[in-house]
Amino acid sequence: MEKLLEVDRLTKVYSLGSMISRTRITATDHVSFYIKPAEIFALAGESGCGKSTTARMILGFEEPTSGAIIHGSKREVGARKVWFTEGVQAIFQDPFSTFNPLTTVDWYFWETVQNYKLAGSKQAAIALIDQKLRGVGLSYEEFSGKYPNEFSGGQLQRISIARALLTDPTLLIADEPVSMVDASLRMAIVNLFKELREQYGVSVLYITHDLATAYYVSDRIAIMFRGNIVEMGAVEQVLMNPRHPYTRLLRESIPEADPKKRWDKPIILAELEHEEYLRHGCKFAGRCPHVTEICKTVPPPDISIDDVLVKCHLYSDHSVQF
Amino acid sequence: MKQTILRTEDLKAYYVLDLHGTQKVVKAVNEVNLEIRENEVYGIAGESGCGKTTLLKTLFGAIEPPLRLMGGRVLYRANGDELDIISLGSEERRRLRWEFISYVPQGSMSVLNPVLQLKESYQDFLASHASGKTKAEAVEIAKQHTIKLGLPRNILEAYPHQLSGGMRQRVTIALATILKPRVIICDEPTTALDVVVQRGVVQLLKDVQRNLENTIVIVTHDMGVQANIADRVGIMYAGKLVEEALTETIFAAPFHPYTRYLIDSLPRFGDKTTRGSVPGSPPSLSNLPSGCPFHPRCPYALNICAEQMPELVNLALSHKVACWLVGEGVYGKAA
Repeated sequence: MEKLLEVDRLTKVYSLGSMISRTRITATDHVSFYIKPAEIFALAGESGCGKSTTARMILGFEEPTSGAIIHGSKREVGARKVWFTEGVQAIFQDPFSTFNPLTTVDWYFWETVQNYKLAGSKQAAIALIDQKLRGVGLSYEEFSGKYPNEFSGGQLQRISIARALLTDPTLLIADEPVSMVDASLRMAIVNLFKELREQYGVSVLYITHDLATAYYVSDRIAIMFRGNIVEMGAVEQVLMNPRHPYTRLLRESIPEADPKKRWDKPIILAELEHEEYLRHGCKFAGRCPHVTEICKTVPPPDISIDDVLVKCHLYSDHSVQF
Repeated sequence: MKQTILRTEDLKAYYVLDLHGTQKVVKAVNEVNLEIRENEVYGIAGESGCGKTTLLKTLFGAIEPPLRLMGGRVLYRANGDELDIISLGSEERRRLRWEFISYVPQGSMSVLNPVLQLKESYQDFLASHASGKTKAEAVEIAKQHTIKLGLPRNILEAYPHQLSGGMRQRVTIALATILKPRVIICDEPTTALDVVVQRGVVQLLKDVQRNLENTIVIVTHDMGVQANIADRVGIMYAGKLVEEALTETIFAAPFHPYTRYLIDSLPRFGDKTTRGSVPGSPPSLSNLPSGCPFHPRCPYALNICAEQMPELVNLALSHKVACWLVGEGVYGKAA
């Protein structure tokens, strides 16, 4: 099987506090996954689960403590390496802070064209920019010479995607691309990812907290919790038949847009986030309805059931049913 | 029929900005007529920049320049009288606030004073709104209240920075409900929270409402939250109320083309069919299109839509729509 990008046991440890009372927080703990060509892979979880840290390490903004990122045949990657960014481009959460409000948006396009020497002449560059903008439903005429404040959030996010597409990347890393975009325009962006995959074979690492759009757009999904991937597999399997107790909680907590499916059961909320990070065994043990003694002391192993990876003690003995 | 507790009459609130001599008028709330009843949760939905937050500020009587009231009234039924909150004197309005109406503003996790323990914030609050209590009594009331709402026992000893966003949000809601107000106005109480925490906050609001049997007006753009908490939902578009119905009706049989897009664009589990989104982009409130503000984006637009704004009319019992398509046979097939 061909792998476009592979992340191998990626670990990032942050140290907090002073020299004397130092706490170490493992933001990502041996995170491994891969993305196939022409695949949308979702990395989902709540804030503070390490999904953005993973993206930042892939993009080279953070140095991993240990582990490797493998792109094609090359093992070591970083944002400063041109060969890497030509194939991998990023889209960020807040479209309003992506662009400098004092420069026109074209400037970002010209810079990318220059950095990667994408066009020989001005005409060729305009043609290229126009082609990419048309791909996201805009055009060069309605865009050139304008400042970011003249666009809506949805438009800016599409401009940001068009800019990322200039280099014809094979992989887009989208960190919460729709969370700042209005619900009515959100689907336009998500649909764009689907189109890019179908027409140009672009893969997308879709990082989100919104499981509903993740279900809608992605092929495979990994659920992260406090630095660990707790469940990973085909999106139909993971979200329609969740196995890990945390995935179940997450799935039940999504407010469904259907007044007939209101929540009836009360839930227990987390203790301090901090404490969950420092747990020795399973990080979810404090809130898990199926907790046993072993969960509190021994980190759960990765278990594969029907091609889904589950990190939970409940499945270490296959005869156990619940 | 439950009694009306809050009613607005042709409410108009505009931001009037003076930019180098030229006036710019942002019509954030444009002739809104609401009728909100006792013991109900009324949801207001719409995209950002449609005037939801301005409407809530006006309901709370918090009108400060550049926002100006251009017409209309906001009437509360308190102790048998109808009071216009805007024409009340500041002292009377102050007395009405928190005891009768309370307000949970947007981003309310950052409203707590970072250098005070939470109990001091609660004390300040109780000292100015429920006079005649000693400090110890005030703390005791606060403690009982927070425990009743399921918050940790020692939470009042904490400083705001020691708590997560979701916990701070719940503390703020607890603070807003301590005097048992009859109306609680919440602006995006769950935005920026994680899904599990969001569920906790919705649960808290529901509990409060059930215990006090009061009215909650909740603004959120998240239709999933609306479906979960609201009894009736009003949809706002460009400063106007375009549709209003029971939550079940809004989700099962929306009428206004904008509402339809809003409901149809929601992704659902178990259904991967392609979903469209509303074409075009939201209008600028300072430069509204003529007639119905949605007509440039509406696939069903008639000639009249560009000329005149439709009135909010009754489509069925407790289902109101402002759309020229009401009564026209053309609608219903294409979508």
